[in-house]
Amino acid sequence: MSLTNRSKQVSNKEMTLAEKMYLPAVAQGLAITIKHFFKKKPTIQYPEVKRYLGPVYRGHHVLKRDEQGRERCTACGLCAVACPAEAISMVAAERKKGEETLYREEKYAAVYEINMLRCIFCGLCEEACPKQAVYLRHDRMVPVFVERDEVIYGKDRLVEKMDDRYVRIANSEVKATPTEPSLTRAAT
Amino acid sequence: MDLTILLVKGIIILVIFGVTLLIATYSTYAERKVAGFLQDRLGPNRAGPWGLLQPIADAGKMFFKEDFIPSQANKWLFILGPSLAMLTALMSSAVIPFGDSIKFGDYTVPLQAIEINIGVLYIFGVVSLGVYGIMVGGWASNNKFSLLGAIRAASQNISYEIALGLSMIAILMMTGSLSVRAIVDQQATFFEWNIFTQPLGFIIFLTCAFAECNRTPFDLPECETELVGGYHTEYSSMKLGLYLFSEYTNMFVSSAFISALYFGGFHYPFMNEVSNALTNSLGAVAGHNVATAIGTVLFFGKIFFFIFFFMWVRWTIPRFRYDQLMNLGWKMLIPLSILNIIVTGGGLLFNFPYASWLIVLVMVVLAVMSTARAPKRQMVPQQS
Repeated sequence: MSLTNRSKQVSNKEMTLAEKMYLPAVAQGLAITIKHFFKKKPTIQYPEVKRYLGPVYRGHHVLKRDEQGRERCTACGLCAVACPAEAISMVAAERKKGEETLYREEKYAAVYEINMLRCIFCGLCEEACPKQAVYLRHDRMVPVFVERDEVIYGKDRLVEKMDDRYVRIANSEVKATPTEPSLTRAAT
Repeated sequence: MDLTILLVKGIIILVIFGVTLLIATYSTYAERKVAGFLQDRLGPNRAGPWGLLQPIADAGKMFFKEDFIPSQANKWLFILGPSLAMLTALMSSAVIPFGDSIKFGDYTVPLQAIEINIGVLYIFGVVSLGVYGIMVGGWASNNKFSLLGAIRAASQNISYEIALGLSMIAILMMTGSLSVRAIVDQQATFFEWNIFTQPLGFIIFLTCAFAECNRTPFDLPECETELVGGYHTEYSSMKLGLYLFSEYTNMFVSSAFISALYFGGFHYPFMNEVSNALTNSLGAVAGHNVATAIGTVLFFGKIFFFIFFFMWVRWTIPRFRYDQLMNLGWKMLIPLSILNIIVTGGGLLFNFPYASWLIVLVMVVLAVMSTARAPKRQMVPQQS
């Protein structure tokens, strides 16, 4: 029984004189390698050029707002429970009178923090959320951080801006998964 | 020799020294680039435009690494090893004529560091000293793997030096001189280039040059899988850098030597016509200098092609096994080069310089016959 159909019969036959001279085989090999010299390279120059990674890519977290700009999160804590890396923590608060335009439910997350060092981008928070409030964006990666205090993402970086709303559509026009423009390196 | 000539000579020597170092530096870059292209990659492209500053970055890294000398090593020999390797690599470019001659005032200075009538002998002497660099380094490391690598290097270099020398003898017989300039001048017409008169000698010489430079497929002194690293296992920082650098310098020098011996050096077809046209239009002195410059540029073109060829082969052919290497050297190359000498000598008796084509012809016929007679490879159907 064989697993693949690529196995070859091993032969220890004596080499012919032409093979012992090596040169025909060497010339053949050189011809093959020089062909590769002129081939188009499949390399994608990563930080400058980014591939579109598809609608299933899990990138930067976003706390969704609804159509009227109210935060959807009700601070139920299911995402934090679902999170295998225990990256999510939150503090719940009660909605005051006059804040109905800010929060959709009567309870909301006063503090919502994701520790990006711990997050493994598994997407379980997304699945656990009953209010469709937390998503992992498919079109934006978490930028590289160099400072320790940049690591924990609060609501200021998670809640979506109303002029930059996140919609998950399989848009074939998007050719690359862009990050924030300030983080792309100048092309060299 | 008066002072002006001495000064010009000094400048030429310095320029050749600088050019050798520069080319060796950028060979490291070119190697990575060529390797990348041959393997469908891009190679270094981050440092500077197209990665052109990469060698400088590499050198910077090399200098700032920890310079470690093992406590059990022989310290002086340990330092001497890479120095010797570098010294011998740099010395051998002295006798290579990089161009015809430059004229200024009443002086005519050949574009060559030193013109001596034992040029070939000098190169062979220096090249055979090169093995000491590796041997001393491997021995002084006090490491069995390094020693094994060094021994492999030494025996390989000694074996292939014989075939190298013998394949050269045929050329020396045809020229009747050991001066590299005389050998180059003898190839003034295109079809008298030694590649056309000595095809077999060229192949033997090229193979041996690969072995002498310790380049793939003959890079047995360094081998990750068998020898941990080879003769330079214990070396770090710029000492390792010098070893690697000397390899590239050797590559440049042997490329120059190959193109001088077999590809007419600074000669090119229709050289006399070009030279005459230039002297007619620009005057005797300026025209001659421009013609020399063209020859030098073309010579460097040939050198660059061979450096590329070294790299091309490196990314094509896998390393030889040690017994295969020795068999090839002693049982094939040395007898063949002796045969080449005999046949060339016979040809010279009858004033026929293309005699060694006979051997090539016979070999091709034999090869074709052996392939035709060999049992066809049976296609075994796959059992499932």
